[in-house]
Amino acid sequence: MKQFISFVIKESHHILRDKRTMLILFGMPTVMMLIFGFAITTDVKNVRTIVVTSQMDYETQVSVNRLAASDYFTITATVSTPKEAERLIRNQKADMAVVFSQDYASKKNAILFVIDGADPNMAQQWTNYAIGVINNMQGSLVNTKMLYNPQMKSVYNFVPAIMGMLLMLICAMMTSISIVREKERGTMEVLLVSPIRPLMIIVAKAVPYLVLAFVILIVILLMAHYVLGVPLAGSIFWIVAVSTIYILLALSLGLLISNIAKNQLVALLASAMLLLMPIVMLSGMMFPVESMPTVLQWVSAVIPPRYYIEAMRKLMIMGVSINDVMREVGILIAMTIVLLTIALKKFNTRLE
Amino acid sequence: MTLRYLIQKEFLQIRRNAFLPRLIVMFPVLIMCVMPWVMNMEVKNIRVDVVDNDRSTLSGQLVHSIEASKYFIFNGQQSTYQAALKDIEHSKADVVLVIPQNYSRDLAIGRQSQVLIAANAVNGTKGAMGSTYLSQIVTGNTKPDAAAIQSKISTLVLYNKHLNYKVFMIPALLAVLMMLMCGFLPALNIVGEKETGTIEQINVTPVSKWSFILAKLIPYWIIAIFAVTVCILLSWAVYGITCQGNLLLVYLLAMLLALFFSSLGLIISNYSDTMQQAIFVMWFFIVCMLLLSGLFTPTRSMPSLAYATTYINPMSYFIDAIRTVFVRGGDFHSIAHQVLALLVISSIMGVWAVVSYRKNQ
Repeated sequence: MKQFISFVIKESHHILRDKRTMLILFGMPTVMMLIFGFAITTDVKNVRTIVVTSQMDYETQVSVNRLAASDYFTITATVSTPKEAERLIRNQKADMAVVFSQDYASKKNAILFVIDGADPNMAQQWTNYAIGVINNMQGSLVNTKMLYNPQMKSVYNFVPAIMGMLLMLICAMMTSISIVREKERGTMEVLLVSPIRPLMIIVAKAVPYLVLAFVILIVILLMAHYVLGVPLAGSIFWIVAVSTIYILLALSLGLLISNIAKNQLVALLASAMLLLMPIVMLSGMMFPVESMPTVLQWVSAVIPPRYYIEAMRKLMIMGVSINDVMREVGILIAMTIVLLTIALKKFNTRLE
Repeated sequence: MTLRYLIQKEFLQIRRNAFLPRLIVMFPVLIMCVMPWVMNMEVKNIRVDVVDNDRSTLSGQLVHSIEASKYFIFNGQQSTYQAALKDIEHSKADVVLVIPQNYSRDLAIGRQSQVLIAANAVNGTKGAMGSTYLSQIVTGNTKPDAAAIQSKISTLVLYNKHLNYKVFMIPALLAVLMMLMCGFLPALNIVGEKETGTIEQINVTPVSKWSFILAKLIPYWIIAIFAVTVCILLSWAVYGITCQGNLLLVYLLAMLLALFFSSLGLIISNYSDTMQQAIFVMWFFIVCMLLLSGLFTPTRSMPSLAYATTYINPMSYFIDAIRTVFVRGGDFHSIAHQVLALLVISSIMGVWAVVSYRKNQ
């Protein structure tokens, strides 16, 4: 036991002495939370709008004033032909144009929105907002209620995703690199001839990363709650419990990579490009899984963070009980067992 | 002349690595074949639960028009709001529409009657778009005159008529590719030499700083040209999406971005001692630049302080410019401002990469 503890201490020194990595490890979650919390929004705001009209009559003026008065649109120019407007949009001087037909006042019709369709989602939103503003719709007919996230902040959606990504990164990537580095530098040989059992060396390597992962988990949760105002609607106990399963899963994955990879470069690239990229892309972190083609949905079915992120969104943001996320938790446990078994099977005590 | 040998050395190093050549060839192909399908934030298949407390002809019509809409999947009728909320909690439904009692009678006699739309807004975009479309359907269903006004407003979508999300994402993928290939590989390069000790051998030769760094950079530019070509060919062959503007401009922009990222990679590796450090620092910068670049979300929606960072973010200039050329078909005049900014930022980084490399430790 004493030997084991001294191994853990040795490994902690490895981590703590690398100041730059530590800085990134704690700086990363903080900066990402701040960016997602404050900078990234898909709100319709400051849409640069051009008014196209050949004569500014009263009715047109009223509609233009309505647009200008709203927070959503900024009138940047008034031109007389749609062609000029198109040129301005092409040169990125404007996002949309509102074309009023000549007899707009008399017939009260014919408005044409010319929209820059480069960003499809925003293009649709701009049109909807502009129609609403020009019609001066009082939403009396419909009462809309946004559940769980009344202000529609993107950070609600992203906090669970950041947790899923960072925990995977720290546990899988850092453990695998630290093991492979010992192999590469030749110090693994020294460790293997020491009186401690080889498996214990690996476990001792994993322990500091486990602790680190928990510290980061707590930092994220505290920041999410106190700085960004994300509600922790579910029970804290289950949030931590599910995260623990996920951390164990990530550690087994890291162990597996370190068994396969021959040197640091391969371990790094394998975890950065083959692990991190699919996680970011296919786990439903940014891009909803249900919009993907069926084949990719199958692929995403074997990506562990997908279930973790889903479970966390439900537990943290929606505040459902643990019974409602049993499916996700069950899959995570099954994956952990499978990965750990493979990793331990492949673990060999001899160097090649 | 020494430069040629140095470049030859770099290529040999890349080629003799078992993993790198495969990565360089397969990665752009993989990214182009898979990512456009993934990077799809299109909102569709919104599942709707209806709680119909009215059960009149009018409310029946409303349900029918939801069923007929291409945005929605009608999930089912629920007897109470609570039961519908349970469906949302189990992720079986995204939006609940509650039609109040006496809805059609109240409307007929002109009294106020409000329909409740409750949307799951954990994903804000989906919640917002789902509820907007649903309320448009409700308005059209119950207020024929409001619907008539709406029908007189027409929309012309420029550049991307079918609102295809792939058109939006493919130019952005070019940026992601440049970033990963020309960012990470150089970042690992010098640190790799430091860790294996081969950098000592270079340091004792009369090779100058400039030619050493240049020899490190040039292979990645060639890789970048290769990657861009693969990208453009695949986007034409697989998705039928072609560049609207001049292809040379696309190459110009890509080269500028490649210069920036390869210099950034080298700077980071000059300052790092281990590969792990290099990769983490690189990753940190890349994630920040990517998120604040306007690749996924419009930069103009950001608060002013965050918006100010886009003035020094080369990714943001690149994304703006590449979309102007690729999607909107802009000419050089349209992107002159971005090209200039990229050029300035990249050359500063290039000089920094040379200066920060020290032969004597």
